[in-house]
Amino acid sequence: MSVLVNKDTRVLVQGLGKTGRFHTDKAIAYGTNMVGAVHPSRAGEIEVFTGETDHSGVEGRPDSYDVRVPIFRDVAEAAKATGANATVVYVPPPFAADAIMEAAAAGIELIIAITEGIPVADMVVAKRYLQDKDVRLVGPNCPGVITPRQCKIGIMPGYIHTPGRVGVVSRSGTLTYEAVHQLTLNGLGQTTAIGIGGDPVNGTNFVDCLSLFNDDPATEGVIMIGEIGGTAEEEAAAWITQYMTKPVAGFIAGTSAPPGKRMGHAGAIISGGKGTADAKIAALEAAGVTVAATPTDMGSAMLEALSA
Amino acid sequence: MKIHEYQAKALMSDRGIAVPKGVVATTVAEAVAAVGPLIESTGNPVVVVKSQIHAGGRGKGRFKEHPDVGGVNVVLEGLAGGIPAAEARVRELATAMLGSTLVTVQTGEEGKRVNRLYIEQGIDIATELYVSVLLDRATSRNIIMASTEGGTEIEIVAEETPEKILMEEIDPGFGLLDFQARELAAGLGLEGDAARNGVRFLHALAAASVELDTDLVEINPLVVTTDGTVMALDGKMSFEANALYRHPDVVALRDESEEDAAELTAKEYGLSFIKLDGTIGCMVNGAGLAMATMDIINYVGGEPANFLDVGGGADKDQIVAAFKIITADPNVKGIFVNIFGGIMRCDTIAEGVVEAVKEVGLEVPLVVRLEGTNVDRGKQIIDDSGLNVVSAADMKDGAIKIVELAR
Repeated sequence: MSVLVNKDTRVLVQGLGKTGRFHTDKAIAYGTNMVGAVHPSRAGEIEVFTGETDHSGVEGRPDSYDVRVPIFRDVAEAAKATGANATVVYVPPPFAADAIMEAAAAGIELIIAITEGIPVADMVVAKRYLQDKDVRLVGPNCPGVITPRQCKIGIMPGYIHTPGRVGVVSRSGTLTYEAVHQLTLNGLGQTTAIGIGGDPVNGTNFVDCLSLFNDDPATEGVIMIGEIGGTAEEEAAAWITQYMTKPVAGFIAGTSAPPGKRMGHAGAIISGGKGTADAKIAALEAAGVTVAATPTDMGSAMLEALSA
Repeated sequence: MKIHEYQAKALMSDRGIAVPKGVVATTVAEAVAAVGPLIESTGNPVVVVKSQIHAGGRGKGRFKEHPDVGGVNVVLEGLAGGIPAAEARVRELATAMLGSTLVTVQTGEEGKRVNRLYIEQGIDIATELYVSVLLDRATSRNIIMASTEGGTEIEIVAEETPEKILMEEIDPGFGLLDFQARELAAGLGLEGDAARNGVRFLHALAAASVELDTDLVEINPLVVTTDGTVMALDGKMSFEANALYRHPDVVALRDESEEDAAELTAKEYGLSFIKLDGTIGCMVNGAGLAMATMDIINYVGGEPANFLDVGGGADKDQIVAAFKIITADPNVKGIFVNIFGGIMRCDTIAEGVVEAVKEVGLEVPLVVRLEGTNVDRGKQIIDDSGLNVVSAADMKDGAIKIVELAR
């Protein structure tokens, strides 16, 4: 079992520029069902992907692949023709929020937005547009979602993942890889790893993911990786206290970050004394979360939480 | 991106938000020349001389060179002595303030050099209030925050008298609704003309915030004058970085002298860099990992000299640039390169590091921790380079080693 994505997920790609094409190729190499692409000016064309199979992905495939992905004018047409139930957005920042809303209008259930640098105001509008629709947005400014050996949507390196027992949810990209790597090394593996992104306005938050993992029978524990800025971790802590039935480990980046400075991610800023790492760590510990003292201890904190 | 008060007020004024009349001055002569016309056109013999820096707390701030002079000065000499007396006082003040270093609660001890003054008309204040527009991350919407406690920092009001803070959520589908503006005005105690002016002010402010993609507009104090005008006596505006591409007029207001030179260079190379006070230079891929690297250096007893995220797809040139920026800081006593290769391959990073060291030279210890894609090839490149580089098994090991070596 897993959450959000699995071997049956049928994925569209919006944005076939250099980045979009590169990562679509990697996803196909991993074994993800890429069923269509959206590119208004190239509608009707076929994009060909060939290469060597990534054997850390879906099992039982030949050593090479030759996949032809049809290109459509818009998401609605693509969804109708392919039966896609997920889309990944690589569209450049000025047009990305519109791409997200277009996917929502077409009824795509899962929208994973990788694009970094979308204007916050555009995301405020997009989130308002999505609020009454039965769709889930993950991101933007995130590495994506992966269920090891089943489906990889996004920019994460597939081979560090291994199927297993732990759900991963994180605001940071490379820090997720760090956690995943440690979980793979200590034999715990992952059910699904979700990057929720580093922006101040995002679609899916910690609570959404904790709830999904709580209901997933294969997930035995969850590791959540947060950082300074906002109150999403504090909200997660409150939710954990009330509803979480599984052990949770955590790490919060930014204990040494100065106030008032944006630490790379648009959302990682301590403003007006709010959003400090210390406050988040205290809230999580009060909720019974095993918080790793350093990023090197994330895997062992998860082991500890699971054996407690 | 931040701008100066005088620039914010010009943007506001263009959008129907009432602000006092004022003139910006970069020389003593300009400051003095502003006084006469200002007094004549407003009929008010009082003027205010305000330091223009990108930091708050100016009123209570003091100049290093002139501890008796504050960052904001009300000139009352014109009341008795007319324009010549006001000009004489402004000359004295401008001479002291321009080119001097203003220290406020927000500048840190080093303070900020004042290169510009804003000479503004005096205002007959009846009431001081507070209003701001900012993003509420919990609801993913902008909110208007208002308070009767004008002149006090809003964080202090929130801490001590939270009941005095009024808030209205702005639905992006509708904008600020009229009843919301009326409720805010009533909550601020505005009546009659002041209430009508207040509602207009709030609508204009909310609209300006959307139009200009601000991440913060803060008016503190917002004042009601004795004749019922509602006016921004101070004005702070900052702009959301991701949206700057669609506001070239705002970008043109950037004052690079207010920003850190190394941070500006980093930006040119597409690197995310923030200067800190410690001794361990850091080069990391990914913002979260970069922050966590600072944390772990701190955890093992060191102090990071910077935050530096080279991003997910850095090339050799960027690595070299990053290295130059780090080594240019005289406080740096050691460098820690911490990479988890995903899309960014460890061998690319390793080649970049080797090249950078050859080009820039290396006078401090360097610890490199590589993990992820092509890690073995990356380590081989470092080993074969013959450079004096210490390898680390993991992040913590690397942090311990560099802190030890930098001692």
